[in-house]
Amino acid sequence: MLGWTMAALLALGLAQEAGSTPPEKIKVGVVLSMTGDTAAFGEQTWAGLQVAKEMKPKVLDREIELVLVDDKSDKIEAAVAAQRVVQRDKVVAILGEVASSRSMAIASVAEAKKVPQISPSSTNPLVTQGKRYVFRACFIDSFQGEVIANFAVDHLEAKTAVVFKDIAQDYSVGLASFFKTTFVKRGGKITQELKYQTGDQDFSPQLTLLKSEPPDVIVVTGYYQEAAQIAKQARGLGLKSVFLAGDGAEAPELVQIGGAAVEGLYFSTHFDEKSATTALGDAYVKAFRKKHQTAPDGLGALGADAYFMLAGAIEQAGSAEPEKIRTALEQLKGFEGVSGVITVDAKHNTLKSAVIRTVKNGEFVYVATVNP
Amino acid sequence: MDLILQQLINLLSLGSLYALVAIGYTLVYGVLRLINFAHGDVLMLGAYLALFLLTGMHLSPVPLPWPLAFAGAVALTALAGVALERVAYRPLRSAPRLSLLITAIGASLFLENFGIVAFGGRPLAFPDVGNLDRVVQLGALSVPILSLWIPGVTALTLGVTFWIVYRSKVGMAMRAISRDRETAQLMGVDTNRVISLTFGLGSALAAVGGIMWSLKFAQVNPLMGVLPGIKAFVAAVLGGIGSVAGAALGGFLLGGLEVLFVAFLPDWSGYRDALAFFILIAILLLRPTGIMGEELPE
Repeated sequence: MLGWTMAALLALGLAQEAGSTPPEKIKVGVVLSMTGDTAAFGEQTWAGLQVAKEMKPKVLDREIELVLVDDKSDKIEAAVAAQRVVQRDKVVAILGEVASSRSMAIASVAEAKKVPQISPSSTNPLVTQGKRYVFRACFIDSFQGEVIANFAVDHLEAKTAVVFKDIAQDYSVGLASFFKTTFVKRGGKITQELKYQTGDQDFSPQLTLLKSEPPDVIVVTGYYQEAAQIAKQARGLGLKSVFLAGDGAEAPELVQIGGAAVEGLYFSTHFDEKSATTALGDAYVKAFRKKHQTAPDGLGALGADAYFMLAGAIEQAGSAEPEKIRTALEQLKGFEGVSGVITVDAKHNTLKSAVIRTVKNGEFVYVATVNP
Repeated sequence: MDLILQQLINLLSLGSLYALVAIGYTLVYGVLRLINFAHGDVLMLGAYLALFLLTGMHLSPVPLPWPLAFAGAVALTALAGVALERVAYRPLRSAPRLSLLITAIGASLFLENFGIVAFGGRPLAFPDVGNLDRVVQLGALSVPILSLWIPGVTALTLGVTFWIVYRSKVGMAMRAISRDRETAQLMGVDTNRVISLTFGLGSALAAVGGIMWSLKFAQVNPLMGVLPGIKAFVAAVLGGIGSVAGAALGGFLLGGLEVLFVAFLPDWSGYRDALAFFILIAILLLRPTGIMGEELPE
């Protein structure tokens, strides 16, 4: 047995010796929630990242290697994972996270270690605010809140709204407040604001408070598990309000858990096959359908965008040094990504259109595209 | 008025769910003086087993009708509980109490991570069986059928547990062991067998709790046992850990306080878990034996 192993090792060594040594791989850290409360986010983003990597496996003739670390949907674990990929794996950049709170935890490491970070889909403005090394591939919540509020007023003719917000998530708190600002400005009335925390399962006491005066719309600014649960329990209590949510609701689990209760729920997100406007977007849709046999979603598209942004920046810089990547990212203008055209502004944000989708017969269906 | 009645229905359904899980928690403590931190994770295991039998995934070649699937899951979880005791707790029977406590935490972490590896990190939908999802409208009141089933199952479970502990021969042995294990052994009680049975019963109760929990919240995930475990622990301490009736009472009280907390202080509704821990600290400071707990001997 030992002899065989030795022989195999020797053969392997000889083979390497014979060919010219391949150029060193470019290591990129990927920190995502593959398990825990928002496990779907990690898997959705990873699905998109893998498609992007297959579409463009190399830059500067060097292969890109993605080092994936699971943060268990936990802020502290996210910071630990970022430390790990920087110190142990010596990555040149970090891609991640989806949840804004966790992106901010990674950002503190990225700033301290001077390694560029691209968050594919963290929409809270604070994620990049005042940061040198942190970028994002998505729009921000001041825009998303506006989109949801305008949709409620224009399409649903809503006059009253109840907001559910997850006080454990910066994303949810921020989005709730941006929604409120626009909704009130447009003449709507927020009748109640109800709070919960990630992981809460029983919402019937809060929802019971709405029975005497049901609002036109219930806006859930948190993530998919709780959104599904809130919708389900609201229908159980006989509430007929229309449900609205942000991009945090987009996961297959919303329908699997929510069932009939989430039919007719509207949410804003970043991408739909029908909204693809770029050549890269069309190519991505084809490649995604071929690899995963399902329709692409917003988080996957943004995962791919973060990857393409990074690859583009490395090409632009002509080097995989973190500092040079950072400078190139800052100068990224009119980059034709998967989900739209990305132009990094002075605050490291980008203006992009949002997509409204709804749940119809258990599927996510395209409703409209909203331009900034 | 309608609102109050509706909140009472919410209370009944949540409180009895906590009570159901707390009964199993307290049973093991009562006999072994072991806080079985893995109880919530055994609950998770029970829920997954029920789902697999119900849908014909992995365990069963065909989807089973729900009474059969649930009975099967309860039985299998009981066996898993017995195995857990055999592997993790029995070798430490004469070790200091602290070692057992640490092993229990280890068992809990093991089961959670086993769940993640074996069942995947993403939640699976738990199907609605026997149309329990239905909601009956009584005037302005909405009564989910499940809200009536859960208290019923809890009452039945409580009855059966009482009968076993206070009326059956095994129960007598359990009580004897909880008083003084060595003396019970000297009197000819097969302690290993009785302790195994206790674990089996406790795990079966956890499985029942897990099934009801999954029916109510329509999903299972590998970490779903953490919260029920903590809540049941608080409920058991509140009622007096070791006392079966106390656990049921503690469960209802905790569920009731949570519902009232949210109903009257909606602004604070994000802190309902903090309330549970506040209650835990308060009860440990003011009345460590709980509401119905036995007085500690001097």
